[in-house]
Amino acid sequence: MTRGRFLDVFVIVALASMPYWMTAIGGYTALATQVVVMGLAAMSLNFLLGFTGVLSFGHAAYFGLGGYGTAMAIKYWNFGTLPAMVVGLATATLAAIVIGGLIVRRRGVYFAMVTIAFGQVFYFIAYRWNEVTGGDDGLSGWSRQSLDLGFANIDIVKDEKAFYYFVLVVFAVCAAAMARLIASPLGRSLVAIRENERRARFLGLNIERRIWLSFVISCFFVSIAGALFALLNNFIDPRALRFDQSGNFVIMAVMGGMRSFWGPLFGAAIFVALSDFVSSRTENWMFFIGLVFVLVVRFFPRGLLGVITRGARA
Amino acid sequence: MSQLILFNVFNGLIVGAFYALMALGLSLILNLSGVINFAHGGFLALGAYFAYALIPFLGFWGALIVAPILTALLGLVIERFLIRPLYGGDPLYGLLLTFGLAYMIEDGTKYIWGAQSLPFQAPVWLMSPLSSDYFFLTGYRLFMIAIVALAVSGLFAVLAFTRLGIRIRAGTRDLETVSTLGVNTRLLRSVNFGFGIYLAGLAGVLAAGQLGLSPTIGDNLIMPSFVAIIVGGLGSLVGTLFGGLLIGVASGLTSIYWPSATEAVIYVMMGLVLLVRPRGLLGEEGRLH
Repeated sequence: MTRGRFLDVFVIVALASMPYWMTAIGGYTALATQVVVMGLAAMSLNFLLGFTGVLSFGHAAYFGLGGYGTAMAIKYWNFGTLPAMVVGLATATLAAIVIGGLIVRRRGVYFAMVTIAFGQVFYFIAYRWNEVTGGDDGLSGWSRQSLDLGFANIDIVKDEKAFYYFVLVVFAVCAAAMARLIASPLGRSLVAIRENERRARFLGLNIERRIWLSFVISCFFVSIAGALFALLNNFIDPRALRFDQSGNFVIMAVMGGMRSFWGPLFGAAIFVALSDFVSSRTENWMFFIGLVFVLVVRFFPRGLLGVITRGARA
Repeated sequence: MSQLILFNVFNGLIVGAFYALMALGLSLILNLSGVINFAHGGFLALGAYFAYALIPFLGFWGALIVAPILTALLGLVIERFLIRPLYGGDPLYGLLLTFGLAYMIEDGTKYIWGAQSLPFQAPVWLMSPLSSDYFFLTGYRLFMIAIVALAVSGLFAVLAFTRLGIRIRAGTRDLETVSTLGVNTRLLRSVNFGFGIYLAGLAGVLAAGQLGLSPTIGDNLIMPSFVAIIVGGLGSLVGTLFGGLLIGVASGLTSIYWPSATEAVIYVMMGLVLLVRPRGLLGEEGRLH
C-alpha cells in the first residue's frame, strides 16, 4: 500500500466514524460536521491555491453567497433542502463567473488584493439589505428540511448524526469530483501553470481562460460548503462572507499543507478544534488565532502534510 | 439641496483623505517589498490609542507628533523580526502573517483599552463650526485636511528630492540593481516600511478625533484603501492619492441618493475600472503582474 493510498483509507475511516469518536474526545456532533464543512471549503480553495497556484483571498464571498442563497430559498420560497442548495450554488457560481472574468489577468499579490476587495461587495449587500438578508443580525427563522429522495424521507432536521452523514456524502462527492478534475488533463494543465506559467503559455495553453475556469470550479465547491454551513446552523450572517473568513480558509489550507490533496482537511480540523477550544476559554481568542497565523507562517509554512508526506497526489 | 450636496462632497473628501493616507502607506510597502500589509488598519488603531494614552501628558499637539512616531517604531520592530524573513518568498505568506497580526493587534487593543469606544477630545476651539450656513465646516475638519495635505506633500517631496526617496523609487522599479549599486536594500525596505506605518499612525490620530476611538476603527478603512490603490493604478502613488479622494467623494455623493449603497459603490467603481482600464486610472503599463 503506497503512502498516498494509506492516507486515503485513513481519511475515509476517520471521517466515517467521526461522530462516534468526536464525543469521546470531548467534542460534539455539530463540531464534527463543522470540521467536514470547513474541510470542504478549504479543499475547494486549495483547488485554486495549491493546484493552480493562484492566491485568492476572497473565497468567503462565494461561501457566503452559497449559504445565503440556500437560506433565502428555504425561507422565502419554501424550497426543500437540496433544491435550495442548488439555488445557493448557482448564485455563487454566477458571481464567480462575472468577477473571475474581471480579475483573471491579475497575478500573485495583486490577484489576492482584488479578490479581497471584491469579496466585500457581497458583505456590504448582506449587511445593508435589511429587509431581505436580515442585515447585521443575520438570516434566521428558517431551518433545513428533511430530505425527500422520492423513495425515502430522511430526517436530517433533528437527528444531528443523520445530518452529519448527509454532509459527509456531499463532501465525498465533491472530494471525488475534485480528485478526478485534478487528475484530468485540465487539472494537469493547471498544475503546469502553477509550476511555470510562461512555459505553459508557450505550450499554447490559454492561461487566462484556464485560471478563470479553475477559479469558477473552486468557487462552485466552496459555495457548496457555504450552503452546508448555513444548513448546519439554520442561520447565516454577514460574517460568513467577510474577509476574515477568507483568511481563515487560507490558513486552514496552508496549515494542513497546500501541496497535498487532503492537507486542507487536516488544517480545517485543527483550526476548527482550536477555535472551539480557545473561544470557550478566553474572550481574547482572536489574539490566539492571530498568533497561530504568525507561528504557522514563521515555523510551519509547508503545513502538516507538507512535512509528513511530500504530496500524495500533486 | 446644493448645501446638502456640498456637505456630502466635503464629508466624502475627508473620508477620502483617510483612505488616501492609508492607501499611500500600503502602496509604499507593496511597491517596494511586495507585501500587502493587512495589519495596516491595526497600526492605524494603534496610532489612535497611543495618542489617547499620550494626551494627558503631552496634550493633543504633542500626541499628534509623538503617537505616529511610536507606531512607526513598533512597525519597524515587527518588520525586522517577522516580515523581513518573508521578503522574496511567496506573497501568500506576507499576506497571512500580516492578517494574523491584524487579529492580534485588534484583540490586543481590546484587551488593554476595552472594546467600547472611548472619548477622544480634539481641542475645543477646533471643533466649533466656522460658519452657521456651512455647519459642517468645523475647524477640525479643515485642520485635518491641512495635516493630510502636509503629510502627503511631505512624502512626495521626500520621494522626489532626497537621496532616500530616489532610492525608494528606484527600488520599486528594480531592487536588485539598486542593491548591486551598493545601497543597503534591507535598510531601505525598513525605512520605507516605517514611512508607511507612520502614515497609518497619523491617519489614526486624525481619524480618532473625527470618528471616535474603538479597536475596529481601522477595519472600515482598510478595504477602501485597497480599492483606492486598484482604482488609482498599481505602482502610482499619485494614482493612489487620487483614487482615495475619488472613492471618498463618490461614496459621499451616493449617501445622498442611495444611502444603503454607500459602501458598495466603491467596489462597483473598482469593477468598472478593471473592466475599462485594467491598469487603473494612473497606473503604469506592465506593472500588473
